Amino acid sequence: MARTELKLLGAWPSPYVMRPRIALNIKSVDYEFLQETFGSKSQLLLESNPVHKKIPVLIHKGKPICESLIIVEYIDETWSSGPSILPSDPYDRAIAKFWGAYVDEKWFPNLRILSTAEGEAKDQVIGTIVEGLDLLEDAFVKISKGKTFFGGGQIGYLDIAFGCYLGWLRASEKMSEVKLLDEAKTPGLAKWADTFSSHPAVKDVMPEVDKLVEYGKSLVAKYRAAKAASS
Amino acid sequence: MAEVKLFGMWASPFSHTVELALKLKGVQYHYIEEDLSNKSPLLLEYNPVHKKIPVLVHNEKPIAESLVILEYIDETWQNNPLLPKDPYDRAIARFWAKFFHEQILPTALKTIAAEGKEQEQIIEQVYQKLNFLENELNGKDFFGGGSIGYLDIVVFFIARAFQVNQEVTQVELISKEKLPAICKWIEKLLKIDVVNECIPPREKHIAFIRAHLEAAKSSSN
Repeated sequence: MARTELKLLGAWPSPYVMRPRIALNIKSVDYEFLQETFGSKSQLLLESNPVHKKIPVLIHKGKPICESLIIVEYIDETWSSGPSILPSDPYDRAIAKFWGAYVDEKWFPNLRILSTAEGEAKDQVIGTIVEGLDLLEDAFVKISKGKTFFGGGQIGYLDIAFGCYLGWLRASEKMSEVKLLDEAKTPGLAKWADTFSSHPAVKDVMPEVDKLVEYGKSLVAKYRAAKAASS
Repeated sequence: MAEVKLFGMWASPFSHTVELALKLKGVQYHYIEEDLSNKSPLLLEYNPVHKKIPVLVHNEKPIAESLVILEYIDETWQNNPLLPKDPYDRAIARFWAKFFHEQILPTALKTIAAEGKEQEQIIEQVYQKLNFLENELNGKDFFGGGSIGYLDIVVFFIARAFQVNQEVTQVELISKEKLPAICKWIEKLLKIDVVNECIPPREKHIAFIRAHLEAAKSSSN
């Protein structure tokens, strides 16, 4: 595959950008990574994702694909001779997609809320995040069936969907000075998190937690400044 | 004999979407009507995370979330494929389905509580978003091309609900002048028997929406 045939528009702090990168690593597919600069969106991004103007965007032979989990499925279906990312059984696929939607729509938004929450609101959102991790622990036990990953012996769709949030989860723990992923409460997830993060397809594309903390603090500062200016 | 059960609600477009998929595939299923104000223990057992319909139960294994259910149905019963074969076309269909659910529907719902100029602005936002789908139809009979596909099934029942809502709220989200292809496409689908089987009786639907809106208004007073 010529590098020019496959481009990925992304940015290093984005958990969503990690998803197609891990998928392409699993398939051993080479691609050109085009880093978007903060504060401005490239012409290529605006042209290839006019609807959302967001990263990641995969551009394959000139055709753009948007939305990170949709890109992951596209990668799995296009490079079908490589290791499979989605399970082969329709029911297992449905379960993986169900939990992928859950982490995106119900669980992760709470991490954002936590970053600027205070007092009682902070306690409440921490409770919600931890409850979600309890659900995900149950899901992990059921789905992994004693193996290392949600995908079994290999990294799969749900590992990618949930695992991409681990950097921000750890960064949130540092920024808010709270333990969220507790190996006493969710031992399966705690172990999975370490194994996932050090996997060859993941470790080079997982952002460093300290860099995320620095970036996260700058985002919170901007948010607070904007809020103060408007009140 | 494989058993298929669908937990649904007669006025829910998400429930209708799943029913149409099953009917297009010729799948026999047992339909269970849920009273959303008094959810059954069985529903809560099958969908403990969201406690919502629709839930498809196949051989005692539950699947929740309408888009996930649609793909499960397409993969399990492979006659009359709903999603296109080509990976790029599949990605496009999934993209628009997600856009419709996550952007168009929530924005449309905001028109209910809004008034005056604010409501006008939101209606315009809905039009801008629907216009993407208008362009996507672009001279085709259906989003799926020559026959009904995944995106038709996802969009139709909600688009139809917007029209029925208009009878009660007077809010027009799909105008013939601005979205002619979508209007024509709705008319085309309404002529198909199997689609009609999934739509609730018009007067009953209108009465339901009216009652819901009055309850929402009185609870906010």
